Amino acid sequence: MRGRNDILADIRRNRPAFAAHAPSVPYYDDDYPQDSAGLVARFIEVLEKMGGAWAEPRDSETHEATLRRTLADRLPENAVIASTVPEIAGNRRVRRHDDPHTLHDVDAAILRARFGVAETGSVCFTEKELIVNAIGYLAQHLVVLLDPAQIITNMHRAYARDDYKNARYTVFHTGPSATADIEGVLVRGAQGVRSLTIIPVG
Amino acid sequence: MSAPDPIQSHNSPQAAREAAPRPDKAGPGERQDHRKAAKQFLNSPEHAKSHDTRVWAMRQRRDATMQGLDEWEELRDLASQIKTHALTHLDEYLEQFADNAAANGVHVHWAGDAADHNRIVHEIFKDHGVKKVIKSKSMLMEECGFRHYMEGVGIDIVETDLGERIQQLDAEDPSHVVVPSVHKMRSDVAEVFSRTIGSDPDNDDAHYLAGQQRNHTRPLILDADAGMTGANFAVAETGGFVVCTNEGNADLSANVPNLHVASIGIEKIVPTLSDMGVFIRLLSRSALGSPITQYTSHFRAPKEGGEMHIVLVDNGRSKRLGEDKFWSSLKCIRCGACMNTCPVFRRSGGLSYGATYTGPLGLILDPSIDAYRYSNLPFASTLNGSCTNVCPVKINIHEQIFEWRRVLAEDDQIPWTKRKSLAAAGELLANPKAYRTAVKSAHSALKYLPDWTVYNKLNAWGQVRDFPDVPAEGTFHDWYRKNRMKNDDTPAGDKP
Repeated sequence: MRGRNDILADIRRNRPAFAAHAPSVPYYDDDYPQDSAGLVARFIEVLEKMGGAWAEPRDSETHEATLRRTLADRLPENAVIASTVPEIAGNRRVRRHDDPHTLHDVDAAILRARFGVAETGSVCFTEKELIVNAIGYLAQHLVVLLDPAQIITNMHRAYARDDYKNARYTVFHTGPSATADIEGVLVRGAQGVRSLTIIPVG
Repeated sequence: MSAPDPIQSHNSPQAAREAAPRPDKAGPGERQDHRKAAKQFLNSPEHAKSHDTRVWAMRQRRDATMQGLDEWEELRDLASQIKTHALTHLDEYLEQFADNAAANGVHVHWAGDAADHNRIVHEIFKDHGVKKVIKSKSMLMEECGFRHYMEGVGIDIVETDLGERIQQLDAEDPSHVVVPSVHKMRSDVAEVFSRTIGSDPDNDDAHYLAGQQRNHTRPLILDADAGMTGANFAVAETGGFVVCTNEGNADLSANVPNLHVASIGIEKIVPTLSDMGVFIRLLSRSALGSPITQYTSHFRAPKEGGEMHIVLVDNGRSKRLGEDKFWSSLKCIRCGACMNTCPVFRRSGGLSYGATYTGPLGLILDPSIDAYRYSNLPFASTLNGSCTNVCPVKINIHEQIFEWRRVLAEDDQIPWTKRKSLAAAGELLANPKAYRTAVKSAHSALKYLPDWTVYNKLNAWGQVRDFPDVPAEGTFHDWYRKNRMKNDDTPAGDKP
């Protein structure tokens, strides 16, 4: 059996013997809208293509009302709504030491996104937002609160951030889970959530 | 990854009645006969047509998304340069990755080959009393024969990616790195699921079938003792790794059980997190034409109270790094773009390669795993270069395919008929006079000889395609002599 030292020695002996420097990578985002409204519009366009929904709150509507209105057709009566955010109470709190298995019956989970990416319509979570990582996948539906001011241009900018560099777990969600493994027919709701709805909340 | 594909399927009713093709796979110690297996695949014309349509649709969506990005070609250059930099400093970055991962509380293991990998993971499972495992798709674990090994030691492995699960339940290899069951039609899936998970045999609706798998798999996910994933990238700077999927199954596998084991090929290293911008922007666009996979997951440390293991696997990669003509194949990010564009792959289906890696990338990876077994594969190419043109990390795939033919010939790994005809062709091409005589007589032969002399057993290609008609103007050489050459010119080859 070859261990660490043997493998590293083989690499040192075999690696191509020329110096190749790491290139510097531009941000490629000069052409993005400069204003927040423009970035939001770009974000929504891609989000919807990726199967996600943008739910604009109506005047004087609570956030929970926006959620219930948007998911009205999808939630059963007495739906289990698990919240990780202060803005919406739901009927179950997700707590840090919850066993992931106890979340198997969650109909909708509510999460706060760290930021969004206009290029891809993605939202970012770490374990700080998820509280229990599995909630983002065991829930049938996902509702995401996103501050429109936290939408950045593209993936180069996303990876230049260092606010999540030390997170144990960081994930970009882009729409709901999906598959097209059977004859290329697109099915939204593969193994993870069946829908993803974003509510703009500053 | 698995594939969202917005094009709806329109296969005909007769497609549902056609039996699924089962191309032959070489047994232990045998040579895979790609030509024969491809022919077996083509004996199911509805399947062959559906396969071609599916994978070509992926290529077309890749083109459409690429055209929307002005910097596309620059991104390919950057990706290639980052990989060159990483591979020429692989020892340093690999150490940095392993040390950072260990500092993050991850258990890091090193596996020299497939057997080491399987044994190491088995040890981890034994230590934790693991009997039931859920896993996401990993080509590396396919390469290691991992599932087969675990069956032998009584550990139950459940694939969670839909396509991979279909293949597992059907006891068949995956045929494509991104869409493992792309060669199957919905009627085949209905048959497999009715036989294995009790779905309605007469319902072949894709939504129904996907729902059946979801409902059947969810309890297995909740019941598993451990979860496994592969990795698309390993970031030296953070000690974390990145997994790109669409179904959410990798995140379930990693986050529901307490124990997460990730198998990672040593070539997956990138130096910094900011490098990921380049690769994430290229990967799903090249694979499926979507701007990003539904999930891009970064695992840096175990969840609170959880345990995480990484197995770094060499399995021939350090050796390939020293091969002057082939080391750059280690840049591959497994997007499958080369497969989707390859005329041979599209028409012969992945199973005909009889290997873990299929299509053009298989032609350059498989022979380094087993030169004899896969010695036919580098000939399953027209060398049209399309694979090279779509490769997001700019591997010169078609040149490496050609180079493999040369290497295999020198190693005496090429079948006798191919060697003889190539040797004859080589002598002919080196001698212009003989060449022109041969071309003329071949043309005459084409006109007058019966098919059996041209389409004989020695000529594999003649069996599946017609020779072109002889042009009325004769050969190019005749035409050139007549129309372009001054009387005092002598063709170069005719000079004494």
